[in-house]
Amino acid sequence: MRARAASFLIAALAATLLLGFSRAWAIAPEQMPTPQLEARYLALIHGFRCMQCQDESLADSPVNLAADMRRQVRDMLLAGKTDQQIRDFMVSRYGYFILFKPPFVLKTAWLWLTPGVLLLVGVIAALTVIRRRAALVAKDLEDNDLTDA
Amino acid sequence: MIPELGQFALILAMLLAALQAFFGIVGPALKRERWMAAVTPAVSGQVVMMATAMGCLVASFVANDFSVAYVAENSNSALPLFYRVAAVWGSHSGSLILWIFLLGCWSVAAAVGTQRLPKPFASRVIGVLGLISFGFLLYTLATSNPFLRLDPPWPDGEDLNPILQDPGLAGHPPILYTGYVGLAVAFAFAGAAMLEGRLDRDWARWTRPWTTAAWAFLTCGIALGSWWAYYTLGWGGFWFWDPVENASFMPWLMATALIHSLAVTEKRGLFKSWTLLLAVLAFSLSLVGTFLVRSGVLVSVHSFAASPTRGTFILAFLIVMIGSALALYAWRAPLLKSEAGFELTARESFLLFNNILLVTACATVFAGTMAPLISSALGLGKLSVGPPYFNPTFLLSILPLLALLSVGIHARWKRGNLSDRARPIVLTLIAAAVVGCAVVFGLFTGGRVLSPVGVALGVWIILSSLVDPIDRLRRHITIPRAVLGMTLAHIGLGIFVISITSVEAFTAERDVALAQGQTAQLGAYEFRFEGIRPIQGPNYSGVGGTVIVTRHGSPVAVMYPEKREYWVQHTVTTASSIRMYYTTNILIALGQDLGDGRWSLRLQIRPLVTFIWLAALVMAAGGMLAISDRRYRLARAAAPELSAVVPAITRSEAG
Repeated sequence: MRARAASFLIAALAATLLLGFSRAWAIAPEQMPTPQLEARYLALIHGFRCMQCQDESLADSPVNLAADMRRQVRDMLLAGKTDQQIRDFMVSRYGYFILFKPPFVLKTAWLWLTPGVLLLVGVIAALTVIRRRAALVAKDLEDNDLTDA
Repeated sequence: MIPELGQFALILAMLLAALQAFFGIVGPALKRERWMAAVTPAVSGQVVMMATAMGCLVASFVANDFSVAYVAENSNSALPLFYRVAAVWGSHSGSLILWIFLLGCWSVAAAVGTQRLPKPFASRVIGVLGLISFGFLLYTLATSNPFLRLDPPWPDGEDLNPILQDPGLAGHPPILYTGYVGLAVAFAFAGAAMLEGRLDRDWARWTRPWTTAAWAFLTCGIALGSWWAYYTLGWGGFWFWDPVENASFMPWLMATALIHSLAVTEKRGLFKSWTLLLAVLAFSLSLVGTFLVRSGVLVSVHSFAASPTRGTFILAFLIVMIGSALALYAWRAPLLKSEAGFELTARESFLLFNNILLVTACATVFAGTMAPLISSALGLGKLSVGPPYFNPTFLLSILPLLALLSVGIHARWKRGNLSDRARPIVLTLIAAAVVGCAVVFGLFTGGRVLSPVGVALGVWIILSSLVDPIDRLRRHITIPRAVLGMTLAHIGLGIFVISITSVEAFTAERDVALAQGQTAQLGAYEFRFEGIRPIQGPNYSGVGGTVIVTRHGSPVAVMYPEKREYWVQHTVTTASSIRMYYTTNILIALGQDLGDGRWSLRLQIRPLVTFIWLAALVMAAGGMLAISDRRYRLARAAAPELSAVVPAITRSEAG
């Protein structure tokens, strides 16, 4: 398993978290009849997580379960299903947990809205501070060495 | 005998840390000169004890003492000596010892560095550091003692996790930890200022070099980790927004904000309480990172229950440490008022936006990292959060930040007058846009919508950073090292943005199945598979492939990707083969035997990927250069006179 978790921060963590897993990842050679299908296949399996391991996509997981699930995705593609149909099927079967990209639904809206809302609040706060400080410039007589960083 | 000695040293270190904290904090409060004088011996004793404990653990590993549980779980008699030493921090308990040892080293450095500062302040700084050491030592002894014995001893150890058996283990954790722990010093300076209830521009000048040093180490540590992941994990990736990666990245973002906010506090006496808050948050995030990730809560909610003592202790420690710091902050922050003013287009405004955007980016990463945990806790179902969430939401704050940097770097303190500087701003922007489009549409084809934007932003940052130093050179004005360091760090950032954009846009990757003698094509390169041979290492065996790489028929390299099986844990690892060139990296990884003599191989070409890590080193070098500025040495030399006039220094309080 490629264990991205191990990569950063502390080597120690890797040992604690990942002990006991095999660490060779799967390399799935091209197996779709057309380049278009191949590209869709790769995009899909990179977006699903392996249900058995930690932070590993279906594309990279070496476990048998992942191989079965890849086969499922391939069969559905060959049967002419659209990407959305395949995604819906996987979600109905395994829940939102399988998607690396959380969907935008009621239960996850807070997650998607947090960055924008925070940014908005931050910018408004900054502008308020600046307005208040700008009014003080005339009164502020201190003018020491203000050249360098 | 040796493990017992180590345990004894740990207990002594804890007692000395308690004394260090008590004398350091209570001494100045009761104005006891002698108590304050006891701080330095206490901290020196503490670090000697920690060095002893560290030495005992190393000795147990070197001697293959498998009666020590930690050694038995993380080493093996077949493990090469080099890795036996590095295995000391290969797992939880030992890395805590390293953490505390490094904290001791920073504390001694701080004790030496604050010698000429006012005595009560210096004593409080070391006192706060003592509190942190004490908490960590208590945690280690109570829940994660690495010196516990096994009865009967194991005949042989379980071996170090094979993925850690790489020279990277020797460098990456210690350097990253040095950065993490260094933020404790900034935190201690903030704590001392809050205990004293006084924070002036001198305080900011004293704090800046420590923060920058910690930041530089953190930068190097994260870059090293990313590089290590790239070449050892076999899949050729360098960042996946994994909880463990995020845990190191969040303190970095906060520390970056802190560095910039400290600049404003030092120059203008502004943003005082904000700076304090950032110092508290930056260190809190490294605590949360160290603890929460380590305890496994982020990976699975169940692992918290797996080790209830550790979990409970961690929670209690975090609440006491962060909670008391925030309470102290709430009490003292209202006292820190400033009447200084600045205009909308002054440098202060840009740095304020820098802080807002960095903190928002950090909060975004925090939300994404914690989302699976929060979602489960609130009964909203299990959730996975990966790069498709982090990439766009992170860029939402970071793209404006990069653009504002290129404008704001020209701004002056206090008064806007940005219109005077319109010429360099517009010229650099035009140049950057031209280069960006030329690179993306000319040199390479394809790419994504954001690719020209990314390259242009990177070029714009580099050009903008150079305007001021070139201007000074032309007017024969000496450039202070602080400015030089800042310029270098910003150039590093520009290089980083350019290289990450090109890697994201122009990486070519292909998984192929090849039999001996067959060829695959990727980009301008041909890869010819020359077959498989058995390989043999000190504690593993496996297979190695040979691949001849050519470009338009002319030879480029012969590469040997391997697949290893480590004997003790029966773990299979992929050792990919990487060739680094200035402009591009070629990576080949060996997959599995597909039968009929065919093997699966992953081929990957990443342009400019090496520059991602080099850029980080340039940033860190910039930080180190800035620390060596004359101003900080003068600040230290000037301090004794100040301390003679204390406690009535209120000089810059009004600033």
